[in-house]
Amino acid sequence: MEKDQDKIINDVTSGEYKYGFYSDIETERIPKGLNEDIIRTISRKKGEPDWLLEFRLKSFRHWQTMKMPGWANLKIPPINYQDIIYYAAPKQKASAENLDDIDPELKKTFDKLGIPLEEQKHLTGVAVDAVMDSVSVKTTFKEILAESGIIFCSFSDAVKEYPDLVKRYMGTVVPYTDNFFATLNSAVFSDGSFCYIPKGVRCPMELLTYFRINSANTGQFERTLLVADEESYVSYLEGCTAPMRDENQLHAAIVEIIVENNAEVKYSTVQNWYPGDKEGKGGIFNFVTKRGLCRGENSKISWTQIETGSAITWKYPSCILRGDNSTGEFYSVAVTNHHQQADTGTKMIHIGKNTKSTIVSKGISAGQGQNSYRGLVKVLKNATGARNFSQCDSLLLGDKCGAHTFPYIEVDNQTAIVEHEATTSKIGEDQIFYCNQRGISTEDAVGLIVNGYAREVINKLPMEFAVEAQKLLQISLEGSVG
Amino acid sequence: MNNQSERSERYYNLYKENIKRIAENSSPYINSFREEAIEKFGQLGIPTRENETYRYTNLDTFFNHEFKSYFMPVASDFARAEEFRCDVTDLDAHGIVLLNGFYPTITDKLRQLPGGIWIGSLNEASKKFGEKIEKHYAKYAGSDSDGLVHLNTAMASDGVFIYVPEGVVLKKPVQVINLVQSEEDIFNQHRSLIVVEKNAEITLIICDHTLSPTKFLTNAVTEVYVGENSHFDIIRVQNEHNNAGKITHTFIHQERNSNASSNNITLHGGLVRNSTHHFLGGEGAESYSYGLYLADKFQHVDNYVNVEHAYPNCTSNQLFKGVLDDMATGAFNGRIYVHKDAQGTMAYQKNNNILLTDDAKMDTKPQLEIYADDVKCSHGATVGQLDDDALFYLQSRGINKREARLMLMFGFAHEVIQNIKVEALRERMDNLVMQRLRGELSRCASCMVKCG
Repeated sequence: MEKDQDKIINDVTSGEYKYGFYSDIETERIPKGLNEDIIRTISRKKGEPDWLLEFRLKSFRHWQTMKMPGWANLKIPPINYQDIIYYAAPKQKASAENLDDIDPELKKTFDKLGIPLEEQKHLTGVAVDAVMDSVSVKTTFKEILAESGIIFCSFSDAVKEYPDLVKRYMGTVVPYTDNFFATLNSAVFSDGSFCYIPKGVRCPMELLTYFRINSANTGQFERTLLVADEESYVSYLEGCTAPMRDENQLHAAIVEIIVENNAEVKYSTVQNWYPGDKEGKGGIFNFVTKRGLCRGENSKISWTQIETGSAITWKYPSCILRGDNSTGEFYSVAVTNHHQQADTGTKMIHIGKNTKSTIVSKGISAGQGQNSYRGLVKVLKNATGARNFSQCDSLLLGDKCGAHTFPYIEVDNQTAIVEHEATTSKIGEDQIFYCNQRGISTEDAVGLIVNGYAREVINKLPMEFAVEAQKLLQISLEGSVG
Repeated sequence: MNNQSERSERYYNLYKENIKRIAENSSPYINSFREEAIEKFGQLGIPTRENETYRYTNLDTFFNHEFKSYFMPVASDFARAEEFRCDVTDLDAHGIVLLNGFYPTITDKLRQLPGGIWIGSLNEASKKFGEKIEKHYAKYAGSDSDGLVHLNTAMASDGVFIYVPEGVVLKKPVQVINLVQSEEDIFNQHRSLIVVEKNAEITLIICDHTLSPTKFLTNAVTEVYVGENSHFDIIRVQNEHNNAGKITHTFIHQERNSNASSNNITLHGGLVRNSTHHFLGGEGAESYSYGLYLADKFQHVDNYVNVEHAYPNCTSNQLFKGVLDDMATGAFNGRIYVHKDAQGTMAYQKNNNILLTDDAKMDTKPQLEIYADDVKCSHGATVGQLDDDALFYLQSRGINKREARLMLMFGFAHEVIQNIKVEALRERMDNLVMQRLRGELSRCASCMVKCG
């Protein structure tokens, strides 16, 4: 009996990470190491203007004075920042206006990942910016979007084509001095997406940026800047995968969102970096700074994240609710299996009057995974009528995993109402029994229960992603029962 | 940083200057901890806001103050302490009075109660009951990374010792009255040890009062050992003036099937920080920690609770409530830590706060750290105002707004008070809370200082 179960588990777990392949693409890399010359090289390769190089150097000099933070409930092995390649780009013609210009191997990679670089294919409602290692490979539907005045392109293109916009907004939400990893990113960031939605425009399709790490020994440092002008709306998605490797790779990204009066941004992430093998070897270190600023009145930011990948996740998508009546939302499902660790949550800073925030966090720990929710709800003195509701639940599968909750609530205004609730419990044996009784195997029953548990969050995702996320949850947890 | 080390240096010097006088009243065993503790204090220093457990409490105003002299009692002090009478009528208890952390009598320093219970001075007991002290002293408060606990171990003057032998149940509570009175600003540190052996039961009431308007700082450590199947309740009533700083650390070590509760009621005080640690060191242990804080003016009240589930099938419950008025600030930091093998744990935590003015501030940090899977844990925290619907309901029945607000606040506070098992004290507390909420209790009930 036990043997059978082991066999089933083995079968399932061996196929667990289906994006772990490596594509043999001709890649241009720079030497390992981090110093001012490297930064100059990156900047030169990207043909950047002087002001950006200055920004990078300023960040680098500041970074040298900083120490890696140790407060997270994570065990992070020492990272040698000199042993990382900070720039790796697939060799191809400067800009691939035509699909035929793209390296077929590269195209094949994205096809395999289910990300269409051809327009008019099955995911027609989605415009894609595909980023491989340090550069953006192709942005689809650029023209259609441009008709309504929407700018959606790689960050490098934006620097060349819209320097004023980039200059005006970059670093306003996440300053270069923000934290260790954000400062590192500010110094060495390679590519990312830039998106500008003009006044009164409702973006007609979902925008997707897909990040792929391919090269070995490289770190990925992308930077995304999203600006939603007055009365606009955009739904933005982010996906990521990486090949299976024994060594750890660093991913330190920045996402900045600026939302003006009456605008709304919905930002969804399905994070599926390689989580390392069952022994905890390899995997991506995902140290990301994401922050949105509700600058205008009645503005809204909604973060949704499904975190199933990465060996270590350190990520706190936050909302600064500065405009009156602005709203911040955070929906998260974080799964840790095997030796994965996650310290994730959000910050809701209430500055404007009548600002509202909602936090729903669902943690699932299995194997020897350690899952922490860490969140801050801060109501400043003038934030009259602020309202927050937080709920963070943890589900434990197995007796070697851990679930932790570290909420911080700081209230400085008497009219504020802040509520926080959290529960931690084991998966219900009676629920599993109920399913077993009806002929559903334990494995499937767990999948079913977990999906039901995470439904509240998954429902917030756009349809195609929701289906993907459900499958991903099941795969991530396979092999955790028994 | 410089300021930091200079500050630690000053306390180190205070230690150097007074250690001879402190040590001569104490036993060699207790003295043997002092040198190492002051070294550790030197490394850790006074906690700052960078220290995660002191994140919301700034100790600077008290610790930057220079406390020149180290208090040593003289005969006339004792007389004054004798005069003090507790104003809780009907409270029938075995009383102990401590003056500035010292045991203010010369003759009757150790008393025996029926059943072989000993209550009295820790210094005296350490000379008489060497082996009991050696078994328990500094065993439960040892490994903490809090510099102030080490400072206390190094400089502890005297304190209360209670020993309850196996199988003895003391019906009448023991009441410890901590008085502080001095012409000059003083810093006092007392240390208590309570040992409750198997199948025993005792209730301890600790009342804190200030009698003179000078600046006081108290840094007290209480260690409690609760044996198998034993029952222990500690109720702390804090009523001090606005210029007093009170830092307490209570470490409760619980054995199998024991039941312990702690209740911190803070009515008044300049800066109050209570840290309570429950270590559930045996299967089936139960712990309850309650707290109520009513703060106004520039007061600051911080409660830190740490419940550690080290063995399976233990239960713990935390309930802390606060009402903050004027410019008062409050902090709550609750932590439930469930060890890997502590299956079958049930742990609950709740913190509710009401802010009455725009200048009041509340920071709360309820934390769960869970390394076992068969657990039921929950925590909840709220910060808000009185329920408008409830207020409307009362008003619609002809109760005026002021009265309705009072009733609601009283009801809010009573949820904590009702857990006090000593009836006379419970009634008195209800009474005091009501007065406090009405604003009638602007100074400590028995205080001559008009700091209010």
